[in-house]
Amino acid sequence: MSDEIENKSGYQTQSSETMNEYSGAAVGDVDYVRPAEIPEQDLYHGHTFLTKWVFCQDAKVIGVQYFLTAVFTGIVGLILSWLMRLQLGFPELAGFMTAEHYYQFVTMHGMIMVVYFLTALFLGGFGNYLIPLMVGARDMVFPYVNMLSFWMFFVAVAVLMASFFVPGGPTGSGWTLYPPQAILDGTPGSGAGILLMLISLSLFVIGFTMGGLNYLITILQARTRGMTLMRMPLTVWGIFTATVLAMLAFPALLVSSIMMTLDKVLGTSFFMPTILKAGEVLEYGGGSPILFQHLFWFFGHPEVYIVALPAFGIVSDLISVHARKNIFGYRMMVWAIVGIGALSFFVWAHHMYVSGMNPWFGFFFASTTLIIAVPTAMKVYNWILTLWRGNIRINTVMLWCLGFIVTFVNGGITGIFLGNVSVDVPLSDTYFVVAHFHMVMGIAPLMVIMGAVYHWFPLVAGRMLHEGLGKWHFWITFLGAYSIYFPMHYLGFIGVPRRYFEMYDSPYMTSGVGLNEFISLAAFIVGAAQFILIYNIIKTLKTGKPAGKNPWKANSLEWHTSTVPPEHGNFGERLPVVHRWAYDYSVPGAKEDFMPQTTPPSEVSNTEVEKT
Amino acid sequence: MSEQKIVDYEFKPGFKGMAHDTGSDQTMFKGVHWGKAMMWIFLLSDTFVFSCFLISYMKGRASTPVEWPNPSEVFALDAFGVPVPLLLIALMTFVLITSSGTMALAVKYGYEKNKKMCGWLVLATAVGGLTFVGMQAYEWSKLIHEGVRPWENPFGAAQFGSFFFMITGFHGTHVSIGVIFLFIYAYKVFAGHYENGGKRGWFTTMRGDYVEIEILGLYWHFVDLVWVFIFAFFYLW
Repeated sequence: MSDEIENKSGYQTQSSETMNEYSGAAVGDVDYVRPAEIPEQDLYHGHTFLTKWVFCQDAKVIGVQYFLTAVFTGIVGLILSWLMRLQLGFPELAGFMTAEHYYQFVTMHGMIMVVYFLTALFLGGFGNYLIPLMVGARDMVFPYVNMLSFWMFFVAVAVLMASFFVPGGPTGSGWTLYPPQAILDGTPGSGAGILLMLISLSLFVIGFTMGGLNYLITILQARTRGMTLMRMPLTVWGIFTATVLAMLAFPALLVSSIMMTLDKVLGTSFFMPTILKAGEVLEYGGGSPILFQHLFWFFGHPEVYIVALPAFGIVSDLISVHARKNIFGYRMMVWAIVGIGALSFFVWAHHMYVSGMNPWFGFFFASTTLIIAVPTAMKVYNWILTLWRGNIRINTVMLWCLGFIVTFVNGGITGIFLGNVSVDVPLSDTYFVVAHFHMVMGIAPLMVIMGAVYHWFPLVAGRMLHEGLGKWHFWITFLGAYSIYFPMHYLGFIGVPRRYFEMYDSPYMTSGVGLNEFISLAAFIVGAAQFILIYNIIKTLKTGKPAGKNPWKANSLEWHTSTVPPEHGNFGERLPVVHRWAYDYSVPGAKEDFMPQTTPPSEVSNTEVEKT
Repeated sequence: MSEQKIVDYEFKPGFKGMAHDTGSDQTMFKGVHWGKAMMWIFLLSDTFVFSCFLISYMKGRASTPVEWPNPSEVFALDAFGVPVPLLLIALMTFVLITSSGTMALAVKYGYEKNKKMCGWLVLATAVGGLTFVGMQAYEWSKLIHEGVRPWENPFGAAQFGSFFFMITGFHGTHVSIGVIFLFIYAYKVFAGHYENGGKRGWFTTMRGDYVEIEILGLYWHFVDLVWVFIFAFFYLW
């Protein structure tokens, strides 16, 4: 395609002698970009081990700290899922496990993966590392608060993990923690377990708020010269919108945690109705369990998009870089992200269809839920159109991206089933639901995380991850994940209920047994395959191929730092000056197939540049 | 970051101009201090916290099967042998709103670099806040004395005490945190930490600036505003 119009376009590049490689500012270019509004940021450079690596104020180190802590919780969550699958597939081998254990594993797996793994990884990990680099800032705007944010998260994780060791063990009420059962005897971990869970969640919210304020203000108020909102990489847009959602959704979680803590500790009855237990009336009375469900899902549904939006943003950037094409419909992508974010606050009650509600209420929430399919579908089309006739590199990163698109479409379509009240009611609490949300917000964002790890590891560590191992990792994970979750849709259709420890003598014992064994085997293999990545990382850190500068030939600012990996302050002497969006790949007539964001107009002949 | 200079930026007219200004490079809110922008967004988040509390309160009050206590009786105070409804609350509200006024003056004198006036006014605000917390403690102890507990009360629905103690307690915590910071900031103003380019903070190593007074002021006004809502929902409904 580019051959046909190469000579008509008139785009030519000039020599780059006058250009400063990192700042991108040539002598004649100052006119295009307004002078700096913001004075140089005052940075605290750590000089002891403690201030450099432990209580560090550098967003990049904090990002890695977040990443490693989140991965640790993720591995705990993975082991819990193995134990669950062992019980479901091969109960005779899981004799050590009681029903109580099983519920506790389900609960902790869910909470860990959603909140402490995915949220912390995307926003705390990638957010911290990438935001300042991508918008051209020296660091987050409040480095000290940022450091506190990580340590608050660390304490939250420690409290969560402590609940494994208290009498009664962790809570077993399901990750939704529905009262009244969550704090009543008979539910495993209804004593110290649930209390530690609630405290940990509150700490997480406080810690996240400190980080979230940093991400928002860095993006809004600390961009470099020339970096307009519509020149920001979509990664930044995704993380930005997700952070806005988190700032508005986590309050509901905090409030419900506080209220349930009081119900548990002080014996208030916010969520507790009159309860008969073994013929005796409990002290509780007059509260509303449904109120908790509303509060929880007002947090819970935006939470899905807190995980999904950064994934959308990151995958857009990865696809664009590795297909060597500009992202199709950039503005549409931005508005889709923002639109999905706004809509996500109006759909929460679709998690509560079976709680009972006015039919018009259900109708409203079904409508808003299905409307979300519109911007999401636009995004999927745009990813495909970005790939269309691109110069696609089928490397590990691209494989993960393609895997993401397929998995996400798959999970999204089952979401349309579940968004409709009449279809949801029979499918509710079956394995169909498990399959749906694991596909759409478990595996799909995880694929993006993996792609992002292979993509940005060369920047973080300065070495390339091994491609061969990466491809093994991808194919086992991709095929394995489908082997796990595809059959679960079928299990759901025949009516197998979720969260059951054992099927006893139900009809599912005959038709579901083989499938359950197969799913469990696949789960063991997929889980084990993740350790290929860990092995790959350790091996690469020792003997990997040096990455050098900008190994993927990418445009966005994080690849144009003065050193690789970037040091504290990110950009050396002068901050970069941005002249274009991050997606100038394969511009017809250009000397190379990429144009960094810092390329000034004087480098490209016959172009008109919008003044900022 | 201390002062921002906006050189050569002309705001454009109309809706399109506003969109252009918003999406322009470097900053979205031109000339707005980072800390100030942060406080506004934090307050937005905190608004959601209090909204969740108050909406839960409305839901709890609407759905409880037992009758809700009559606030003008429960919150009445005996003055010279006559029960006056809402007397204490009126005083508390008056003190808190007045402290908002002194806070606003402190911000003004801060920007005028009038160290003495600014410091005294911050101190006055802190004392106002402390008085509020003290009166709230008195109110709590009076109610507890009358047998109101988070889990029960002699006047009616048990949720009355639950919501009352939780929400006023959460608000009181906000006020107390504000008071602690007001005292610290009063010290910092008098010690001259905001002058001559600013002294570096012990924790954050960032240079001080009078804008911090305004940031704390935003928080303080917010706490007052929330009190107005709590006042309306608990005492007047």
